[in-house]
Amino acid sequence: MTDPTSSSQEIVLETHDLTVAYDKKPVLYGLDVSIAPGQLVGIMGPNGAGKSTLIKAIMGLLDPSGGWIKIFGESNTSQRKRVAYVPQRREVDWDFPVTVMDVVLMGRYGHLGLFRRPGKRDRDIAMEALEKVNMIPYASRQISNLSGGQQQRVFLARALAQESDLYLMDEPFVGVDAATESTIVDLLQDLRSQGKTILVVHHDLPTARQYFDSLILLNLRLIAYGPVEEVFKEELLQRAYGGRLTILSEVADATGEKSKVDLSAKR
Amino acid sequence: MTPKFRHSPPFLALLIFMFAMPSEAHAAKISELVEVDLGDQFVRFFSLQDAAIRHILLGCLFMGINFGLLGSFVVVRRMALVGDTLSHAVLPGVAVGFLFTMSKEPWAILLGATMAGLLGAATVSWIQRSTRLKQDAALGMVLASFFAVGICLIKMIERIPSVNRSGLDHFFYGQAAALGRADLWMMGGTAVLSTIIVVLLYRPLLATSFDQVFARSIGLPERMLFHLLMLLLALAIVVALQAVGALMVSAMLITPATTAFLLTKRMHVMLCLATGLAIAAGMLGAFLSFVGEGLVSHTLPTGPSMALCAGGFFLLAFLFSPHHGLVSRYRRHLSQTRQITVENTLKAIYRAMESDRFKEEGIAVRRLAGDARETFEETMKRLRLLVRDGLATFASARGEVIYLTPEGLQHASRVVRNHRLWELYLTNEADYDADHVHADAEKVEHILGEDQVMELERYLDYPEQDPHGKRIPSLRDTQRLPLRDLAVKEEEVEP
Repeated sequence: MTDPTSSSQEIVLETHDLTVAYDKKPVLYGLDVSIAPGQLVGIMGPNGAGKSTLIKAIMGLLDPSGGWIKIFGESNTSQRKRVAYVPQRREVDWDFPVTVMDVVLMGRYGHLGLFRRPGKRDRDIAMEALEKVNMIPYASRQISNLSGGQQQRVFLARALAQESDLYLMDEPFVGVDAATESTIVDLLQDLRSQGKTILVVHHDLPTARQYFDSLILLNLRLIAYGPVEEVFKEELLQRAYGGRLTILSEVADATGEKSKVDLSAKR
Repeated sequence: MTPKFRHSPPFLALLIFMFAMPSEAHAAKISELVEVDLGDQFVRFFSLQDAAIRHILLGCLFMGINFGLLGSFVVVRRMALVGDTLSHAVLPGVAVGFLFTMSKEPWAILLGATMAGLLGAATVSWIQRSTRLKQDAALGMVLASFFAVGICLIKMIERIPSVNRSGLDHFFYGQAAALGRADLWMMGGTAVLSTIIVVLLYRPLLATSFDQVFARSIGLPERMLFHLLMLLLALAIVVALQAVGALMVSAMLITPATTAFLLTKRMHVMLCLATGLAIAAGMLGAFLSFVGEGLVSHTLPTGPSMALCAGGFFLLAFLFSPHHGLVSRYRRHLSQTRQITVENTLKAIYRAMESDRFKEEGIAVRRLAGDARETFEETMKRLRLLVRDGLATFASARGEVIYLTPEGLQHASRVVRNHRLWELYLTNEADYDADHVHADAEKVEHILGEDQVMELERYLDYPEQDPHGKRIPSLRDTQRLPLRDLAVKEEEVEP
């Protein structure tokens, strides 16, 4: 944190009427959220609710078909150095011939640009990141030789090495062991105490209550966003997880078959 | 960043063996057929006296650099089929280039073939985007149809009278001797270009190959780098076409890289190894075809013999690679006493972890030595066996600490399970006293087979605890990562 006073006033992330479509099929409708700094936010919702889609759109990996996203008041693609992304770990090939350290150093590549090599400072940062996730003993191990939880910790260390202000994590708690789970929880709290903002896609309702400050409840559109105790109401959860939104998802299916024009007419 | 080989001596020996052996082995076989001394032939071929042979070897060098570097990226990106398709898709371009100048003009052929290759690649991604077909189907289709067009065009050219069409079949099977000065310039240029790009852009290429989505998220020009790689690949394939032939190009692109993949765990080492292997396979292949000329057939194409050499190297690595080679695995399996030492060491680590209730992942070597009442060096010697088998790794933090790999933990749970089940069996069914069963179980734990263990478990009605009150790791623990479950269950067992 360079200047905590200025960043505590600005809004970290703001979306307005955000609509994202995959292959012309909308998976996220008119989303408005605005997130203040130093928050630990859980993104929850049933399968196919658009949780990962939201994160990818914020990262600029998917183009919104409507609305806008601002990070620290600027366009999201211009703020890449201030945002770190932790993808789902099953999205990569873990037989790839690199070591744990190699992967964590990749977190520095965004700062290094295309041609610069990582220097001593980058290595120190990477080592520090590994230490925070208790992975230093594994630094020179080839990544195929890790358990699921250890793989997840490598991804977290890579994100830490980016030294960002906003962290987006896609299901970091899935399929990890107890040691990793507690490491992640400690890490999230540590980041928050440094004034960083963290968005975590999560699918386990009971633990969500203890992990997060606030929740974004999604099911194709925003069901609720606010402090955990306000969002954790049966009626809201019912609306997110219960079958009451079948009509909207049917609409989504129907518009998927038709063209974009139909969709814009509906909006 | 020096590459660390955990077993440098055997590894180096293998490399030397790989480079030294083929000349001898082939000498033994072919000398029966050849009247001329093969040694003389070898010297003549590799002493660079002959200008034509110099051309061939230079061509192999350039081709090896291209295919070693680009092939490695192709393999780790799981794009082997893309390489194969590209190498077939360039053929119509060769024919068009020829038709345009009505001679084997290298520049026209380079241009035509590269265009055809890129058109093929574009067709594949277009099919993928506009239909529900997956990549493999699109690749297969493009490969076959482009190649078919190429064959038809070349057959047409062969029927045109008054055209010097000699050497067109080299584009199918390869003939390194047909390489001209201009061909070599193009090969050399491509090799220099590939080297510069891979060296300069090594890190971005590595990051985009490992995790495309992440690479894009940090602002690396992932698409641009991918297209650069494809362009280089198309160029490398086209310039190598005459030497290897469209049918064998993909073998030279993929095989050295896959061989290198088996031999190392670091990308930069893989790049160097693959390059060395591709150069060696090319040169040896060219030599074999040179020697075999007039014996097997009057013109032996170089493509197949190069591909055979590359395949031979792969076979050697597959059999003898220090970690995963069949032979080394078999030898490890054979040494029974070593296996018992390994399993007892695993068991000691498991027990230490168990007494910590699986809260710590690493165990200090000093502590293990204390538990076993032996010297630090003796314990280290035993632990090194585990590391060599990929069951654990060392790290030093306030003294040496050993960390089990997932495989190591599984293996350890299996041994402990066998031990405790057998103890329980002896006390329950054979009326042994609880303090008499340990020694017997120490022997039996190593020889119980999976079926016997399962039967034992069924017979004992799936017990949870051994006679001493310790938890028996379950079958599930031995099959997948148990740390979390063990920690949880350990709490339950404790009163």
